[in-house]
Amino acid sequence: MPEPSPILQTIDLTKAFGMVQAADAINVHITRGERVGIVGANGSGKTTFLNLITGYLQPDHGRILIMGKESTGLPPRRVIKLGLARSFQIPQLYIGLSVLENVLLALAAQAGKSTACWRPLYRGQWLEHGAAVLERFGLQAYARRPVAELPEGGRKLLDIALSFALQPQLLLMDEPTSGVSIEDKFQVMDTLVTVLQQSDITTIFVEHDMDVVQRYGQRVLVFNDGKVIADGPPASVLAYPEVRKAVLGLE
Amino acid sequence: MAARPWLLAVPIVAGLFVAAPFVAPSWILFILHLALAKFLVVLAVALFLRGGLVSFGHALFYAVGAYTAGFAAKWFGVREALLLVPLAGLFGAAVAAVIGLFMARYRGVFFAMLNLAVSMILYAILLKFYWLTGGTDGLRVQTPTLLGFVPPRDLIRMTSYYVALVVAGVMTYVVYRFLASPLGYYLKALADNEIRIEYSGESVQRVIYATYVLSGALGGLGGVLAAFTVGHIVPEYAFWTQSGEFVFVALLGGYGSVPGPLIGAIAFEFIRTYANKYAPYAWQMTLGIIMLLIILLQPGGLWAMYESVVARFSRRAEGVERA
Amino acid sequence: MALLTIVILDGFVFAAVLFLSVGLTLIFGVLRILNISHGGIYALGAYLGTYLALKVLDLGLSPYLTYVMLLVGAVIIGVITGPLLERLFLRRVYGQAEAIQLLLTFSILLILDDLIKLIWGTAPLMVSTPSTLLGHVSFAGITYTWYHFLLIGISIVFGGALVWLVRGTRFGKIVVSVINDREISIAVGINVNRIYTLAFTLGALCAALGGAAVAPTIAVAPGFAVEVGVQSFAVIAIGGMGSLEGAALGALLVGLVRALAIHTFPELELVVIYVLMLIVLMVKPEGLFGEVELRRI
Repeated sequence: MPEPSPILQTIDLTKAFGMVQAADAINVHITRGERVGIVGANGSGKTTFLNLITGYLQPDHGRILIMGKESTGLPPRRVIKLGLARSFQIPQLYIGLSVLENVLLALAAQAGKSTACWRPLYRGQWLEHGAAVLERFGLQAYARRPVAELPEGGRKLLDIALSFALQPQLLLMDEPTSGVSIEDKFQVMDTLVTVLQQSDITTIFVEHDMDVVQRYGQRVLVFNDGKVIADGPPASVLAYPEVRKAVLGLE
Repeated sequence: MAARPWLLAVPIVAGLFVAAPFVAPSWILFILHLALAKFLVVLAVALFLRGGLVSFGHALFYAVGAYTAGFAAKWFGVREALLLVPLAGLFGAAVAAVIGLFMARYRGVFFAMLNLAVSMILYAILLKFYWLTGGTDGLRVQTPTLLGFVPPRDLIRMTSYYVALVVAGVMTYVVYRFLASPLGYYLKALADNEIRIEYSGESVQRVIYATYVLSGALGGLGGVLAAFTVGHIVPEYAFWTQSGEFVFVALLGGYGSVPGPLIGAIAFEFIRTYANKYAPYAWQMTLGIIMLLIILLQPGGLWAMYESVVARFSRRAEGVERA
Repeated sequence: MALLTIVILDGFVFAAVLFLSVGLTLIFGVLRILNISHGGIYALGAYLGTYLALKVLDLGLSPYLTYVMLLVGAVIIGVITGPLLERLFLRRVYGQAEAIQLLLTFSILLILDDLIKLIWGTAPLMVSTPSTLLGHVSFAGITYTWYHFLLIGISIVFGGALVWLVRGTRFGKIVVSVINDREISIAVGINVNRIYTLAFTLGALCAALGGAAVAPTIAVAPGFAVEVGVQSFAVIAIGGMGSLEGAALGALLVGLVRALAIHTFPELELVVIYVLMLIVLMVKPEGLFGEVELRRI
């Protein structure tokens, strides 16, 4: 049986900031349907990797292919159009608008109607769809409220919901449980994974919390000094002493 | 929310505007007329303020609109409202469509000052090519004809006023729809988070560009209406102080709403009349001080003051009902 | 050939003038609040310096004291307006939308411009003594004063001093760190508020000094504040925000282009600056030495 074409592929992806090698000839292969965790110490290049893939940063060398299409050098808005979406470590929200309005805008963008200037944003199909999205993420109670009223975990979820509303095929999440209290962490991830499984979205999530990675990831990539030093199922990879040392600083 | 006072206020205000030529003294009518014209340009500036951008150059479109009427009168002897008004809007939009391609790349001070630069270039052109533009002497603009008919003498002012009222009304509706549309909300989102916009697959530049074209049309319409009411246009219509005035009025009235700019425009004309009387040599200072006070104390402007008063009354009313 | 010489010389003089006002704008490029009101401080420095110098001449004192008076006037203005504006007004809008900061500094500019009119009236003020005192020199039929060349020298020294201050001293490094990471600076124990006030005051001093230094070569008149404000902005925009080299190059370009216009198409004198700015920014939106800034996400 022919190998399924990767949904994301990087070839010798390289990026340096002055003396710091943030990405060092990274070669990565992600196939459709995978749930991949990315771990690594601070400064190991995890967020840089996401920034490079989504076009926020331009690589010094190397190529990026999304669903087989060359995306190297494209800016974020073109990369998104290829079927990708991304959530952020610090939630990127429209704080002057309501929760529902944030979602409606994402839906409008997905429909390619962001510059529609006559028919209203508050329209039937989007309102329905938006309410459904909020419900799946447990945020429906806050729909009409300003974003400022959302608790921390709620903002994280909204940030992810906005990316999800774009109906991506590949979803990148940057530390989805950071800033969320320990009690809520698993609840948030449970919500997330249920939603993602139902929609059959390929996921890559950067995480600090090893428990989260072990429980929800099928595969984990370990980053260190801009390189991927390990790649495999969480249980085994996280047991390697080199990995434990690099990521957790344990001897 | 404050929905109930709204429903009452709109027909009352509309009624007042319609009745004005019959009940108001002519100096107030003139103020209302000029305010209606300038309101449109202030609306354009307010749109950008909503998106977190300041333009110090919207006098450019104001002048384009005004000189549309001026040139039409000078070279073609045309003063037909039904032709010149849409034409002015169109020219404003066209100029904006060209400049916007460049302007949409900038934010902050750059956006503000580049707009200023372009408007000052137009000013210099209007001055320099005086054999075409009338230079510092300016151009005369007569009151408009309607469908070719010259209104009878005593109805001239009134006709011109109603033209302005209709145009302002139509554009108010257009802007309301704009603000309720995805683009209108994206404009507001622009002030908050450009990154999220880009990561939604949308181009921030497109949002700015589309708004710019609309604002150009509004500016042109305001200019032609002002030309009809004042009757005489000069290159100063493009000067940066005129742009500054529009920004000031947007702040004064409150740029977060559509009625705000109109209230601001009317208030401004009154302020100007009284300042001319009592402090003619300190006009810039007067403006500067008022602006400072607004920014530091009530950034929402007059409209926000109105809303908080209304809110307090409705709370009291609810309190009375419950008691 | 004579035309070329004149244009170059004039250009350098204009550039020097601009660069003096630019020192301040640069510091604001570092402070990240682009302050439109600095043109007002520049004008105040020019006016007070000129006024004091004229007073000294009235009293029949040594004409060399006019230089001292220019300096004194500038320092007074800088030391007063700096802390006053920063503490009373600017501090209240740090962290707010850029549009608000812009409007705030714009309203201050309007107030300062009229304040000048109220204090000194609308007639232009001129003190030519400092300029003529050092003697003349003729080039290609045009007479320059040594003061003009002194201005060029001063602006070069100025630029050098600024570079040293920002990059070479502890104070400069503290300022840069405060700008780049406010929270860490507070955590480390730096009094951030004081640094902001100090930086702004230094900037105000630069502006006032620039104005005072230039005053003897022109007649200061109302509207001066705004003219300078816009021109300085053009210089910074062309050169790139926050770049000293860019500011110098920008000043040079604007100075030369303006000199060229004056000697060929005088009516275009004011407009050429805007046109130059537009052309440069169309090609390179960040300015010649500017960097595209990416927010960290």
